Amino acid sequence: MNIHEYQGKELFRKYGVATPRGFPAFSVDEAVDAAKKLGGPVWVVKAQIHAGGRGKGGGVKLARSIDEVRDIASKMLGMTLVTHQTGPHGRVVRRLLVEEGADIKKELYAALVVDRVLQKVVLMASSEGGMDIEEVADKHPEKIHRVAVDPFNGLADADAESVARKIGVPDGLVPAARDLFKSLCKCFDECDCSLVEVNPLIVTGDQRVVALDAKLNFDDNALFRHPEIVAMRDLDEEDPAEVEASKFDLNYIQLEGDIGCLVNGAGLAMATMDTIKLYGGAPANFLDVGGGATAEKVTEAFKIMLRNPKLAAILVNIFGGIMKCDVIATGVVAAAKQVGLSVPLVVRLEGTNVDLGKKILADSGLPIISGSDMGDAAQKVVAAAKGRK
Amino acid sequence: MSILINANTKVITQGITGKTGQFHTRMSREYANGKNCFVAGVNPKKAGEDFEGIPIFGTVKDAKEKTGATVSVIYVPPPFAAAAIDEAVDAGLDLVICITEGIPVRDMVKTRARMKGRKTILLGPNCPGTITPEEIKIGIMPGHIHRKGKIGIVSRSGTLTYEAVNQVTVLGLGQSSAVGIGGDPVNGLKHIDVMKMFNDDPETDAVIMIGEIGGNDEETAARWVKEHMKKPVVGFIAGLTAPPGKRMGHAGAIISGGKGTAQEKLSVMEACGIKVTRNPAEMGKLLKSVL
Repeated sequence: MNIHEYQGKELFRKYGVATPRGFPAFSVDEAVDAAKKLGGPVWVVKAQIHAGGRGKGGGVKLARSIDEVRDIASKMLGMTLVTHQTGPHGRVVRRLLVEEGADIKKELYAALVVDRVLQKVVLMASSEGGMDIEEVADKHPEKIHRVAVDPFNGLADADAESVARKIGVPDGLVPAARDLFKSLCKCFDECDCSLVEVNPLIVTGDQRVVALDAKLNFDDNALFRHPEIVAMRDLDEEDPAEVEASKFDLNYIQLEGDIGCLVNGAGLAMATMDTIKLYGGAPANFLDVGGGATAEKVTEAFKIMLRNPKLAAILVNIFGGIMKCDVIATGVVAAAKQVGLSVPLVVRLEGTNVDLGKKILADSGLPIISGSDMGDAAQKVVAAAKGRK
Repeated sequence: MSILINANTKVITQGITGKTGQFHTRMSREYANGKNCFVAGVNPKKAGEDFEGIPIFGTVKDAKEKTGATVSVIYVPPPFAAAAIDEAVDAGLDLVICITEGIPVRDMVKTRARMKGRKTILLGPNCPGTITPEEIKIGIMPGHIHRKGKIGIVSRSGTLTYEAVNQVTVLGLGQSSAVGIGGDPVNGLKHIDVMKMFNDDPETDAVIMIGEIGGNDEETAARWVKEHMKKPVVGFIAGLTAPPGKRMGHAGAIISGGKGTAQEKLSVMEACGIKVTRNPAEMGKLLKSVL
């Protein structure tokens, strides 16, 4: 789960991480009030969407008067912001953050991630703030410094200070940077983050180390113990089909193609998409119905797929383990009858109770195309989708 | 021979009284020698009772001492699963197989740190378990698709493992062992660890290695294979069509910062002499072609 920058900064402040003063605004009037509360002479108006690269896309603007704040806010609210992370469709800006201007002397970079090889949280920092970190990693890997965080004792003082020096924090500010890094680690740990990124982390003219940006992602598996973080979820930032699917405990991701896939298991679901592509088709979605799917869940999954106006065909690919083929077949038949099957349906069943499953499909009288294996099913569904064009 | 488990393995089930634990304990017990293998369950509140004849103990330590079991399988719900692994490690078991999906990464980071220097091997979490066909099955895989043979299978995905197993069986071959290492980013055994075991196992002639997007475990294993593996290895990587930045069902299946793509993994595997297919329906055929 992701949150907005302003929410991330609120969390940062709770952990003692310095941020510029600022207020969120959901309307032009709120933006103007925020600017007045902050005082001048300079403000920054920042579009709040769950994607990076906002500056380049016109989502971060400097204002030198209250009128200018009003002007910028009225243009920014409701605009569709396209960045390299939003995809070509962009995101509609519904919230703003109005902040005091910052006197930037130095732009640095700091992030916390889980290193899968070390199996520990790692602090990653660089002198090259304000840039895309992947670009830095590509061109100047020597400028990225890493140190592992002890799972029980947190980030060691000496490690934090050493990283601060390596990225060019001035000597007098090393203790401040150390404390900031340690606070970030505490926040990461206690909030079950999967990513904390501060880009840029700045050194100011008045000798402070300040988080000018805040990007936080959270481990979905740990949200059960963080109702306060779940409360920050912004459904406007998520794909409506994915939100709907999550209500039924379905793992669904919207894609650009026209062949819907319903599969059990994440690996098999990815492999099914790959096979469709291999035979010249394009998957409309990733959908893992999981091991414990019921007929009801399958019906909901069909409804969600069929809402996609691009949909030209559906492939159901089930390898029954815990999931029994007859349960899936019952679900498919019920769904097809309930929602009205408007596109060709190819079904491939294998595994537990496969014969019973196939019989249920055959007896249903529905025009279901049967696939003998994954490759055969993929070829048939690609042909069916093309036949509709 | 086989790897990790065989007909003589004695197993404790942690979480034997939950719905999932009950169902799969029954299924595992019915498989091959399962009746003699599943010797104990653990539930602190139900010590002294039994589950369909399998005695329930209050702690793993107690279950181990009373039954001589050396392996446990965990079906405990995610909030408590890491603590269940810790308990099994503290009891000094040889192998812990954690089926539970959805354990917070922070819990696993701490559990893995606690395991440093201990003898216990962890398989999973978020995995289907492992099976040595016609001897013992520990986990949630459908037993009937397996057949005893000489092909080793290692995979991060459950259903894709079944797919490979089935293809191998249909071709008239069989499996020495099939191991699901699970889809989580912080886990126990990795491809390379299982590959080493298959390399040392006289009953394994060749290996199918199945990976997916995220991390670089497949690359690490591939480089090891190039240097040390004495047996042919074929592979498949799921997620060539997966978009970057999206978690594809498994917590660990994500392309982040342009890293962990299927293409990258396939390229490294091919460069290391592993034959790969881009068609998951042909994993078995490819394997047969290298025998």
